[in-house]
Amino acid sequence: MSEMAIVLNGEPRRVPGPATLLDLLGHLQLDPRTVVVELNREIVRRPLLAATPLSPGDSVELVHFVGGG
Amino acid sequence: MTTTLAPEPTLDTPLVIGGRSFRSRLMVGTGKYRTNADMVHSIEASGAEIVTVAVRRVDLDRTKEEGVLHHLSPEQYFLLANTAGCYSADEAIRYARLAREAGFNDFVKLEVIGDRETLLPDGEGLLTATRELVRDGFKVLAYTNDDLITALRLQDAGAAAVMPLASPIGSGLGLLNPYSIRTIKRRLSVPVIVDAGVGTASDACLTMEQGVDGILMNTALAEAREPAAMAYAMRLAVDAGRAAFLAGRMPRREVAMPSSPVRGMLE
Repeated sequence: MSEMAIVLNGEPRRVPGPATLLDLLGHLQLDPRTVVVELNREIVRRPLLAATPLSPGDSVELVHFVGGG
Repeated sequence: MTTTLAPEPTLDTPLVIGGRSFRSRLMVGTGKYRTNADMVHSIEASGAEIVTVAVRRVDLDRTKEEGVLHHLSPEQYFLLANTAGCYSADEAIRYARLAREAGFNDFVKLEVIGDRETLLPDGEGLLTATRELVRDGFKVLAYTNDDLITALRLQDAGAAAVMPLASPIGSGLGLLNPYSIRTIKRRLSVPVIVDAGVGTASDACLTMEQGVDGILMNTALAEAREPAAMAYAMRLAVDAGRAAFLAGRMPRREVAMPSSPVRGMLE
């Protein structure tokens, strides 16, 4: 498997590719049930993660709930 | 002699926000606790049902497990996501949509901050974001200044609750303007939840005595020497202040009035 360059949480990063967003979460060892994914500023709903391919240069944000007031 | 406590004369009704009913009028945050155990014990001691959380990037270094759901069960508490740290309507809307996608509810504690030093809210940004989020189906609880006009406009924009501050976030300065809070409560028909600034139990009690529907606090618990003990004190204070408000206080007088009969004194 080759690699591709994306921007992940604001940082340039090389990840295995071709891959879907679900593959990316698997690569990062993140549970898709606890993470919300934004691809190029658009939210990708959980059922669509496995059907959404990553492309070189994509910007991906992975967020979750942390302590706050 | 044996005494038994009379049953509590409850005058209260449940708090209803955006069509959901809550027993507790105390809401608590989950930020800044020294340990996760402190956070969990404090929330339990507070009796709160609504617990706020923030949306942030996942730490990809995985040096620590920072996700709050690792410690709090979403079945046990009503998770209210905030848009803390957002300085524009667009940014706050983006955070609110991410929070909703986490899949717990369509409520959001909307913050649009206007100033980095005081963290005071930006009324214009709040109104813009409230209108858009309400259109998008959100129940918006808007954190705002203790300003009646902004509060009225947020209600008109469709906010499910308005959350005026007691004093700036994390300041612990207590209720700086009881008149403003009382007036906002008197003039609005949606719930008024005081958010931010409460430092200790007397602040919470005094705030509830103004007639507001509830209080949200975080730092007062997280930075107490014993967070869970303070959470318990706050629970009692919120209940006491609410009960006193519903009971209706005596009038204030500038002169004394004897409590014992003035007749029947010895010559």
